[in-house]
Amino acid sequence: MSLPKPVMRGLLGKRLRFHLPIAFTLSVIAAVAFKYAVTEPRKQAYADFYKQYDAMKEFSAMREAGVFESVRPSGE
Amino acid sequence: MIRTRRGKFGTCVIRDSAHVASSVPDELVHVDVLDCSVPQYNNRLDTPLPDVPFVRNLGADQKKLKEKEKGAWTSLSKEEKLALYRLSFELTYPEMKRGSGEWKTVLGGIFFFLGFTGLLVWWQRFSVFGDVPHTLSPEWVEQQTQRMLDMRVNPVHGFSTKWDYEKKQWK
Repeated sequence: MSLPKPVMRGLLGKRLRFHLPIAFTLSVIAAVAFKYAVTEPRKQAYADFYKQYDAMKEFSAMREAGVFESVRPSGE
Repeated sequence: MIRTRRGKFGTCVIRDSAHVASSVPDELVHVDVLDCSVPQYNNRLDTPLPDVPFVRNLGADQKKLKEKEKGAWTSLSKEEKLALYRLSFELTYPEMKRGSGEWKTVLGGIFFFLGFTGLLVWWQRFSVFGDVPHTLSPEWVEQQTQRMLDMRVNPVHGFSTKWDYEKKQWK
């Protein structure tokens, strides 16, 4: 019957001191990973698309297909 | 006290009162009313030592055993030790914790009612719902898809990127 007295205080503080740096680091890593895996490729894809985008050509194609109400296809 | 009764479905057996095993000592089991003003025995996992022993009114042999218990316990045989245990307790911990087959009933009931609900849903489909809208017919969907491609829906990452505009077919 000579067990040491268990720790009674500072339990939350100890847990936070251990877990908060880990949580913070993992969150930062998650944010950085998302930025470089998702948003940068997406921005690049949009940039590439619009670099080669001929607006007039696309407009004429859509006009011929008949989707506009303000301009009808050139045949009519 | 066990009586028999002739009923519609043959003879059946009725007891005077239910067996209240978990809270009342053996001798009081077949009484209709529980006396809650005196300490009671209970089989509970969180109460290892109930207020009273299971068997209160000892028979002659049991009294002799209790006298022998007052001496050195090494002189007790294994059967005597077990008998003393059963005098104080009705169920052991493993007996208290034993599983039942209830899960089979629960699972069966779940499946049964899922099936019944399926039948209801099926009946609802052909008896309650009206016709499917005409905008879901294959012809309409075809014209709709063509119009979406003409409008260049989601041209960067999405719908229109799957269509080859030169060859006029899906990529």
